[in-house]
Amino acid sequence: MLATQLTQLDDDAPAGLAEALAVVDGVDDSLTRGLARPGEPDAAAWAALAAAVDGTPLAERTAEAVRAATTGALTEDHLAVLAGARAALLGAVHDALLDRLDTALHRSRAPWPAAPSAAPGATPALAGARAWLHELTLAGWRGADHELLSGAAGPVEATLAEPAQRRLAVLLDGLAAELRAGLPVTAATPVPTRRWADLWTRAVLLAAGAATEAAPAETVSGRLLPLGVDVHEHDTAFQAQLHALLEPAAGGPGRLVRVTVVAAKVATIVGPAGWRLLEAYPILLKALAERRAVTVTDLPAHGGDLHWVEERAVLGDPADPFATARVLLADATAPATPPLQRHPAALAEPVLVEGRVVRGDDGDPVVALDGRTIPLAVDRLPAAGPLTPALVNAATACLGLLRWDDDRWLLQPLAVRATVKRQTVEAHNGDWACGVTDPKVAKAEARAGDAVAVLRERAGRLLRR
Amino acid sequence: MTEPTDAARRRRSVLRVAPPARARKLAKVPFVELADGRLQGVVSSGSDVERVYVSSVAAGSHAVNCSTNNNRPCGGLRGSLLCKHLHALADEAVLQYGVEQVARYLRIDAGDGVDSGVALLARTDARHEPGPAAVVFSRFLRHLAYLEVAPSTAPVPELHWFPATAAVR
Repeated sequence: MLATQLTQLDDDAPAGLAEALAVVDGVDDSLTRGLARPGEPDAAAWAALAAAVDGTPLAERTAEAVRAATTGALTEDHLAVLAGARAALLGAVHDALLDRLDTALHRSRAPWPAAPSAAPGATPALAGARAWLHELTLAGWRGADHELLSGAAGPVEATLAEPAQRRLAVLLDGLAAELRAGLPVTAATPVPTRRWADLWTRAVLLAAGAATEAAPAETVSGRLLPLGVDVHEHDTAFQAQLHALLEPAAGGPGRLVRVTVVAAKVATIVGPAGWRLLEAYPILLKALAERRAVTVTDLPAHGGDLHWVEERAVLGDPADPFATARVLLADATAPATPPLQRHPAALAEPVLVEGRVVRGDDGDPVVALDGRTIPLAVDRLPAAGPLTPALVNAATACLGLLRWDDDRWLLQPLAVRATVKRQTVEAHNGDWACGVTDPKVAKAEARAGDAVAVLRERAGRLLRR
Repeated sequence: MTEPTDAARRRRSVLRVAPPARARKLAKVPFVELADGRLQGVVSSGSDVERVYVSSVAAGSHAVNCSTNNNRPCGGLRGSLLCKHLHALADEAVLQYGVEQVARYLRIDAGDGVDSGVALLARTDARHEPGPAAVVFSRFLRHLAYLEVAPSTAPVPELHWFPATAAVR
């Protein structure tokens, strides 16, 4: 990534961005208060949302749902429409930002195939989730209490039992845990308004059946060259997402793809122990830890998401992710994001930034590129990997994901090349996928004991009685 | 790293609201949680590997309870004298969540210099009140059941809101 590209990205904010976000802010404040007794500000906020989607296919249903919401007649169906309208607005923000990014980076992107998604089946698990979300919407974040939040346990358990509803289960569990940790919410408590409204929106859509949306299934074959690993986690989930470049066996331009594996966990399994939960995928973990290419044959894929199958993967030679990024990233084709997943927080575009890390105006680290700077998302360095703030501060090159949050572009490092004691060192998020390689951290791990083993023993003894 | 301002907290989609649990040894107290308006958890028996104790402290009232998972009262809990299970529970909760969060949740005025769960409990007028041991125990079983959920290769895009972050190290 070059300074001129950064300039273009920063200086060319999409038209209407501030206005769209102002509408979202109004809605989010209303969700914070709850819709049990809607007042004047709530009516104004939701009316603004209806106005924002006026002229779209959502217009009529949104207007009706807003009327219901502000007169105390809100049903679960109305809720889905309101969440849909908010998602559409932020989806438009996503599209505008991604368009700027693609223009600045000259990145070509596959169009979204307008495939009809399967009709969602009505399951009791989804019905339970809808009922809970309805109750939560009426209470608002400020009105949620222990009893209401404990009520999430039923829908979480029911959705977790259905593989097709895993996304909703993981999301509800994460949202409920945050709301619980925030209790008691007083008037003085600063509430993460946008965040909780985002999570609410997605949960309502998934409970309405949004999980069936997918790009058409295909199979892909070719050589997979790793770029970097993005690690996600909350109390009960650990997800590793490999961003990679696929060289199709049939020839043609390289494709930017992702391979994702996710495990269920509990809060006391932290840091590198997360990798232990993914032991079912030894070839993938080895490829991550050793930065090896992988040859895949007939791997199922939906758009940019490859669905990993161990038996269809063969480990290849080491492949330097920095070299892959430098040589192949510019000409690769990026995938389209499924429409219901479009949100600024979903933007995660692999880039290579070769510049020194310095202190920005606010004291936080930024990468300097010919007088331009881009802030680093240093709160996204996983404990499951070797990247530390100190190492990032010494970086001379950074392979990462372009993100957008808090009204600005950010670079999330997935790997850095740094100069430490006049030696060039490299660290990648996936380095510890097969075990911690840093002796100091490994020792601390050993001292803390094996959480996974202890809990599995307890489960073996107590669960099947 | 600077803490997000209140304005940034409102605007940001991605931020860590609750700090990740800190690593602790699980052998003695495999389960601790702040939920249902209580600090509650499960303490392994020192003598019998099949037996566990269910202990809890209620937020606000600070009513305590300790019994086996079969609802037999714990012999160590007498009047205002707390048993070792409650002490272990409170200490491990402080390790996992930090003293501030535990004190805030239980509504205990911790004051300066309080850095252990035992010290925190000493600042309450804890009294025994039968508690819902069966509920807590079934929450523990549900907790363990997470380890039985098979991993999946289908992405959970919602987890982009939950980036892995390092605790202070």
